[in-house]
Amino acid sequence: MSIFSDPRWTEALANLPDYLGSHVRVSVAALGLGLAVSLPLAILARHRPVLRGALLGFAGIVQTIPGLALLALFYPLLLALAALSASTLGVSFSAFGFLPAVLALALYSMLPVLRNTITGLAGVDPALIEAAQGVGMTPRQTLTMVELPLAVPVIMAGIRTSAVWVIGTATLSTPIGQTSLGNYIFAGLQTQNWVLVLFGCAAAAVLALAVDQLLALIETGLRLRSRLRVALGGLGLAALVIATLAPSLASSKSTYVVGAKTFTEQYVLAALIAQQLDDRGLPATIRAGLGSSVIYDALKSGDIDAYVDYSGTLWANQFHHPGIAPRGQVLADLTTDLAKDGVTLLGELGFANAYALVMPRARAEALGVRSIADLVACAPQMTIAGDYEFFSRPEWANLRRTYGLSFKNERQMQPDFMYAAVASGEVDLIAGYTSDGLIAKYDLVVLDDPRQAIPPYDAVLLVSPKRAGDTKLRDALSPLVGRIDIAAMRAANLRAASGGGTGTPDVVARALWDSVKPR
Amino acid sequence: MSDAPPMIAYTRVDKTFGGGRIKAVDGVSLSVARGEFLAIVGGSGSGKTTLLRLANRLIDADAGSIAIEGADVRSTDPIVLRRRIGTVFQAGALFPHLTVAGNIGITPKLLGWPAAKIAARVDELLDLVRLDRAQHRGRFPHELSGGQRQRVGVARALAAKPSIVLMDEPFGALDPLTRDALGDDFRALHDRLGLTTMLITHDITEALLLADRIAVMRAGQLIAQGAAAELAHSTDPYVAELLQTPRRQAERLGELLPRDAGT
Repeated sequence: MSIFSDPRWTEALANLPDYLGSHVRVSVAALGLGLAVSLPLAILARHRPVLRGALLGFAGIVQTIPGLALLALFYPLLLALAALSASTLGVSFSAFGFLPAVLALALYSMLPVLRNTITGLAGVDPALIEAAQGVGMTPRQTLTMVELPLAVPVIMAGIRTSAVWVIGTATLSTPIGQTSLGNYIFAGLQTQNWVLVLFGCAAAAVLALAVDQLLALIETGLRLRSRLRVALGGLGLAALVIATLAPSLASSKSTYVVGAKTFTEQYVLAALIAQQLDDRGLPATIRAGLGSSVIYDALKSGDIDAYVDYSGTLWANQFHHPGIAPRGQVLADLTTDLAKDGVTLLGELGFANAYALVMPRARAEALGVRSIADLVACAPQMTIAGDYEFFSRPEWANLRRTYGLSFKNERQMQPDFMYAAVASGEVDLIAGYTSDGLIAKYDLVVLDDPRQAIPPYDAVLLVSPKRAGDTKLRDALSPLVGRIDIAAMRAANLRAASGGGTGTPDVVARALWDSVKPR
Repeated sequence: MSDAPPMIAYTRVDKTFGGGRIKAVDGVSLSVARGEFLAIVGGSGSGKTTLLRLANRLIDADAGSIAIEGADVRSTDPIVLRRRIGTVFQAGALFPHLTVAGNIGITPKLLGWPAAKIAARVDELLDLVRLDRAQHRGRFPHELSGGQRQRVGVARALAAKPSIVLMDEPFGALDPLTRDALGDDFRALHDRLGLTTMLITHDITEALLLADRIAVMRAGQLIAQGAAAELAHSTDPYVAELLQTPRRQAERLGELLPRDAGT
């Protein structure tokens, strides 16, 4: 089988116009905004050493913030701003996706433009500036007719660096809800689909190189005073922007948006929901790879219409209930909490995806460990691995307090690598997920939680306030309620996580529904 | 001597730099008559370039006054003043991103002349400084020789038909032959167009050969002024020392290149 007949390629290519278009849109907007702010600031600062130092210092500090963190920080900031603007001005805007991505990337683009503009202007021969004054130019004319044209090659070099940075970093805007080429990378990483990861990286790299080369053409054109080169470069850029904008403008706006968090099960469930909608003639798209804290707010504000969350996660993290509570209590609390936000809890899907301490069966038997309580003695010699959020979640604190556990070491890992790590003895145990198919694959055991330190995590289907009265949506999704048992979900997760052409979320979701749908 | 005011008049002008520590121009009074070609000679740091820059308000005096055609420069908008005065800079200082035509036409463009009038003026000036119109109009400064660049520099200074031209060591970086030819050409233009010219140079020979009158600067002070013959009688030791070099060269050249006895 040739690599190009692999269905994953077809899927990747089918998404390209959307992902590439969104990527170009957010990059161009960020770069444009960055330039519009940086260029005047640099011109203003060139003869003011204090302002210049402050600006370069600020831009330098921004540069040291990891891209993902910078993007993530803009989300709550804008959320607060949106709430403020809604209450004071009555104008509301979406703090999700495009806006935070553009603002964060624009900040990111500032340093090279500021630095090169200041350096470029400082590098203009003072004799030429005096000549400009001598022939009768005003300070403004000196700037626009002599200084800027002469500094253009250096300024353009800064813009090129900026463009490459922005295009590269834009892949990280996926978790805050902005579709980008990062969708390939995040989805590929979660479903162990390396073809997808490579495709995303390659597409972003090709885009960055193409833009860089077009800007280089303009730069040499300006330096060699060749109008042809400048025109070609400009046309190329314009063509690129139009080509990536056209398909998204032409394509009909889909009515429903289904959200998915950043792990395999979520990709499969989002595909399942989208298929249910599509099958009833309700067009749907998926916004996948959303951060756990972003996705609920996105639903509440109507940026997405439906997604699957887990009762314990919402109960503890979103609504900040302290301690632990029995399953019934959690669901009851949740229904009230959600109703306050206008969010509809359509129902439980039928399985729970709880955190659970998991270790290899052989090791557990050798140590005589059956439940978490049995770990107390050997925990100080053990290393535990969890996903990126587990160790900062309340249930981890609760778990340690309830059982008096203290481990030698805590390691954070990409969820899909944890299972292999514990199976190979790299770590002693992991905080895995009960619905994960890899538990069976690696012959691992889930340790009992006799004191119920970990709250229940029933998968619940949520619908946005915007769609609360939408009976078509309700009718399309209610067949899913209570249909998906833990065995079916584990099998689907295993298949999706093992990669291969038959493991795309779409195919797996189809098969999952075939196995559980009412006959 | 007429009663008309001098074209350029410096009256007890002082200018210091570095918060008063460096006295660049110290109590200088000097005037340039209409149609006169004045050369200001001095070593580096003598204040001669500062004196020139005061005339078109690239810098302002600390004390004393400067008048152009009888009007104090302080009461004139410096931008308007500079567009009225032609300036030729060291080594041309042409704008590298503009063509020859763009450089020459810059002041008329700033003055808002129509494009056709600028183009005609550019061609006229190329003729005036003896550059081929068609060949040079569209070239960039880096495509020209040093002499050609300075011819364009002169044309740029003359573009808006000024009556005053300020020249800051304009021929300093050129080879002796080019320099000689350019100097002669400019002196001819000065006479033909009835200009008033102030030329800064460190080369006393150049000053003697081109100028009607020479002013000698030293340590910010004007120590002598007058026509070549008047300077020759100066008792000032620095002026005598300055004139020694051209005198010795003239004698030596006279011996080396004797005229044919038969003619």
